[in-house]
Amino acid sequence: MPLSSPLPLDRPWTPPRRLSWRFRSGLARTALAIGAFLVVAWSVAPFLWQVSTAFQEDRLLTAATPSLIPWPPTFEHFYNIFVEKQFQLYIVNSAIVAGLTTLFCLVIGGAAAFALARLRIFARFGILSLFLCVSMFPQIAIVAPLYIIASVTELMNTYTALIIIYLALGLPLTIWVLFGYFQAIPREIDEAAIIDGAGPLRLMVSVIVPMSLPGFVTTGLLAFIAAWNEFMFALAFTSGIDRQTIPVGIANFTNLYYVPWGDLAAASVVVTLPLVALVLAFQRWIIQGLTQGAVKE
Amino acid sequence: MSTLSAARLVSSRGRRVETKRRSRSTSLAPLLFLAPAVITLAAVSVFPVIDGLRLSFRDTMLSTQEDAFVGSSNYARLAGDDQFWSAWRHTLVFMTASTVIETVLGMAMALLLYEQFRGRGGVRAAMLIPWAIPTVVTSRMFGWLFDGQHGIVNWLLIQCGIIDGAVNWYGDGHTALLTIIIADVWKTTPFMALLLLAGLQTIPQSLVEAARIDGAGPWQTFWAIRLPLLATTLLIAGMFRALDAFRIFDLVYVLTGGGPADSTEVLSTLAYKTMFSALDFGYGSTISTAMFLTEILVASAFGLLIARRIKREQG
Repeated sequence: MPLSSPLPLDRPWTPPRRLSWRFRSGLARTALAIGAFLVVAWSVAPFLWQVSTAFQEDRLLTAATPSLIPWPPTFEHFYNIFVEKQFQLYIVNSAIVAGLTTLFCLVIGGAAAFALARLRIFARFGILSLFLCVSMFPQIAIVAPLYIIASVTELMNTYTALIIIYLALGLPLTIWVLFGYFQAIPREIDEAAIIDGAGPLRLMVSVIVPMSLPGFVTTGLLAFIAAWNEFMFALAFTSGIDRQTIPVGIANFTNLYYVPWGDLAAASVVVTLPLVALVLAFQRWIIQGLTQGAVKE
Repeated sequence: MSTLSAARLVSSRGRRVETKRRSRSTSLAPLLFLAPAVITLAAVSVFPVIDGLRLSFRDTMLSTQEDAFVGSSNYARLAGDDQFWSAWRHTLVFMTASTVIETVLGMAMALLLYEQFRGRGGVRAAMLIPWAIPTVVTSRMFGWLFDGQHGIVNWLLIQCGIIDGAVNWYGDGHTALLTIIIADVWKTTPFMALLLLAGLQTIPQSLVEAARIDGAGPWQTFWAIRLPLLATTLLIAGMFRALDAFRIFDLVYVLTGGGPADSTEVLSTLAYKTMFSALDFGYGSTISTAMFLTEILVASAFGLLIARRIKREQG
């Protein structure tokens, strides 16, 4: 059947094969339930296994038969990572870097998206596409030049370097998603505000931003998660526990002779649970934000 | 700033006269709002890419402070570098396999999630979990799942009688890349499913209904109606995925470090090691420039397909 004619209009009508209605819908419902179960199991099981591992004693982890339920539960892995490995320092670094990155992304990206969506501007879609193209660069291509710049300006091993880089990595998506939210606000509202004497800044701060707060929450979460999870730049630009972020900490967790799986699992759970909680709490908005713009026809 | 104003001047040609008469502050406003973002991106993304191109023609060793123009000799070295070409092959295998598998599985998930059933919101929420987990953590998780001695994957496969003895998944050159692909499929398929679900929801329900009334089963409806109408979405999502897979770094660097015996070395990890282990910034930049050029090729290929598709839909 040619793809260009989606409906088989040229074929003679034949009566549909009939299964009893009840059987058919029962079958479909069972298939759906199995499919849904598989998807959930696939998405959640590896993480649950990680949670279980975090609470198991080392002798259970190396036993011939893995135990699925951590019994008796142990907190030794959590003790190890916080007391011996100072894991909380990584968390503080990550929180500072990701938090400030998010703030700057929202302010700078919000202003740019506002200009593109609401102000008279030349080639707005051209500029938007350029922003999107920038986000597709292989990130490895900018590491070396930035590294040299950071060495010269003495920005190595600082929060500032990481925040500036993450800002540049986060801006394209921020602008793209916020642009979508701003576009959805009716133009009449702008006109009313302008007649009332509002300038562009006033229009943005008092009218457009308050009306798209859900958009800011979503975008902020996306920027935060991206900065929280970034690894390569953090690895290249930081050199000590005073500035390294969580991914670097977790990557460095191993020593030459053995991998402390239990400690790693505990660290994974600690850094992932807040994210999972955030994502589950805001999932509706995140899905909307992720799918907006990217694949709109 | 000056080039931007020039662009604006050009743009105002041929517009109505009022445009020119607008007060200065109004016409400057868009530039002021855009400036911080444009400056950041120019300084931290665009300029470094160009500077990387410059570095690729130089011999810049951070260890010896050497820095000299060497013409195209880095590129000549690249052409004859077996390590580079094997990393190149691994990257292409990874990119193709992960994009294809994630698109097919993502499509299946999207079709499932399109149906109405109780608990659909919960399934969608659960799907976001792999996406939200840091890639480094994903690597560690799969390192533990696929551990050769105590990994649960080996244990399950042995219990089911699929394998006889423990497999050293990412410690063995034959299976290491496979392990990385599986980890990536786990992490990224849900995201693909969400993009495709968004595409599915733009298909008019009436078309699907009409096909059903004509007696089309779910399979026929999919092949004859949904798939053709989704083609553009599939191409766009596939392009994003392929470009992202092409620059894979975290997963490989943490799970296998490129080993064993370079069997999982990809272009990003090779470039990174050249720069930060060998401190050879010149040659490292040559590798990353080659990557950049390949990305442009991949993006253009997808871009052409997408443009042709859109033209056909409109024409």
